[in-house]
Amino acid sequence: MSRNNEDTSGSGFRKIDVDQYNENNFKEEDGDGGSTAPTGPDENEILTLLTQGKNVEALISVLKSAPLGCRNQQTKDSARNLTLKVLLSIKSSQIDDCLTQLDRDLIDVLMKYIYRGFEIPSEGSSGHLLAWHEKVYNVSGIGSIVRVFSDSKRA
Amino acid sequence: MTEAHNFEANAISCHAWNKDGKEVAFCPSNNDVHVYKRTPGGWKVHEILQKHDLRVMGLDWAPNTNRIVTCSADRNAYVWTQGEDGKWIPAWVLLRTNRAATCVKWSPQENKFAVGTGDRVISVCHFASENNWWVSKHIKRPLRSTVTCLDWHPDNQVLVAGSTDYKVRVFSAYIKDMEEAPERGAWGCQPNLGSLLAEFPNSPNGGGWVHAVAFSPCGNKICWVAHNSSICVADATKGNTVVRLFTEHLPFTSCIWVGSNSIIAGGHSCMPLLYSVDDNGQIYFVSNLDSMQKKETSGISAMRKFQSLDRQARTESSEDNLDSIHQNTITSIRKLSPTEFSTSSLDGQLVLWDLKLLENSIAGLKIV
Repeated sequence: MSRNNEDTSGSGFRKIDVDQYNENNFKEEDGDGGSTAPTGPDENEILTLLTQGKNVEALISVLKSAPLGCRNQQTKDSARNLTLKVLLSIKSSQIDDCLTQLDRDLIDVLMKYIYRGFEIPSEGSSGHLLAWHEKVYNVSGIGSIVRVFSDSKRA
Repeated sequence: MTEAHNFEANAISCHAWNKDGKEVAFCPSNNDVHVYKRTPGGWKVHEILQKHDLRVMGLDWAPNTNRIVTCSADRNAYVWTQGEDGKWIPAWVLLRTNRAATCVKWSPQENKFAVGTGDRVISVCHFASENNWWVSKHIKRPLRSTVTCLDWHPDNQVLVAGSTDYKVRVFSAYIKDMEEAPERGAWGCQPNLGSLLAEFPNSPNGGGWVHAVAFSPCGNKICWVAHNSSICVADATKGNTVVRLFTEHLPFTSCIWVGSNSIIAGGHSCMPLLYSVDDNGQIYFVSNLDSMQKKETSGISAMRKFQSLDRQARTESSEDNLDSIHQNTITSIRKLSPTEFSTSSLDGQLVLWDLKLLENSIAGLKIV
């Protein structure tokens, strides 16, 4: 390796982005089609549902309005915080009951938020999310984990 | 029911059969292509085709004209014909691309083949007898990324390609110089090479490189599998509607049709699975064709216990083997006869599966 580094002809040419000289280049957003700028979940509505103890309704509502295709990081972050709040307020014993009321698409969205939650741990949150993870995995298998990584519309 | 064959290869990245299924060509994941012949005493190596400088990415064997085409990351393709002494003679193909060639497929009439490349180009090649060489015509737009897989429509005039830009596209592959103008098919008609006939995004959630595409036997449906563990079918007779099934498995890397409504898909979960399309166009899971039973754990001997403690710091023994015939990713699935198919894998095995016998042994299994 050291010989390469000392080589005066250099290896700088390897760092040139030759693709930039191509026409018709692929851009990530092109692959996703037009985004309709989703606004994310309505925070007041979700919080009201939570205080009324309607946790399952809150979860379904927050997942349905998840702004996954949104490009505004602030919208995504506030939706993430809200979703995590809902997830953490549902007790472990209620998780199975919740999952029976979600369809496969929403379960994939849920898995995306579980992984997002692991990125910003708070006191006790990761343990609870692991409980969620285990139950979601039992329902939708490894496929939904694969989709957390492969989908370009992320949580 | 199944036969596993080993060719002393560490991995098989792709394979193809000759017409009668007595010979197989495969790439052991390097720059060679091995051709084996089946003899009463087992498989015998017939020839090793050495012409490529880099890894062979795709190969296909035209059954009737008995020609092999190979393509490689070295940006070249060769068409191999068998001389009178049985030796394979390569003919270089002018692809005119400056990135790796990733996949190749003979057209049904075997007078053309298509090569997908990392140059965002599909080369449709045909033989120019006046110059005695293979020439290629390019399909460029609107491909935005590497072409990973291809398949021909049974009418010899239409191509489908999957790409790493998360899209599946249907193109006209009609070459004016050499064939009659196409009749209007289910996918429409464009008398120009490279006209886009249809385009499908892999997923509404974005993402997912497309790993394999296949036309149904009638050519009206397209099936594809992608890296988001999905299996999708688009139907031209239903206004190009796409039906998607997000599965619970690891992603599939290959898919073939084994009936007008049945698909076999296999990939990173190492097992071939049978899916069917019902009358409403919905895709449903039928059966796992690898019905190998979970191995009985033979109890823990004291020796095993301490061995396991020593190696893995735990007492329960964990089997290193998967509960499937293939021990690694399935890389390609090929049809061998109407009732047989084969799977090649990174574990170096080539496995033959007999659908008739599987149908008899697995309850509820029906190929439709």
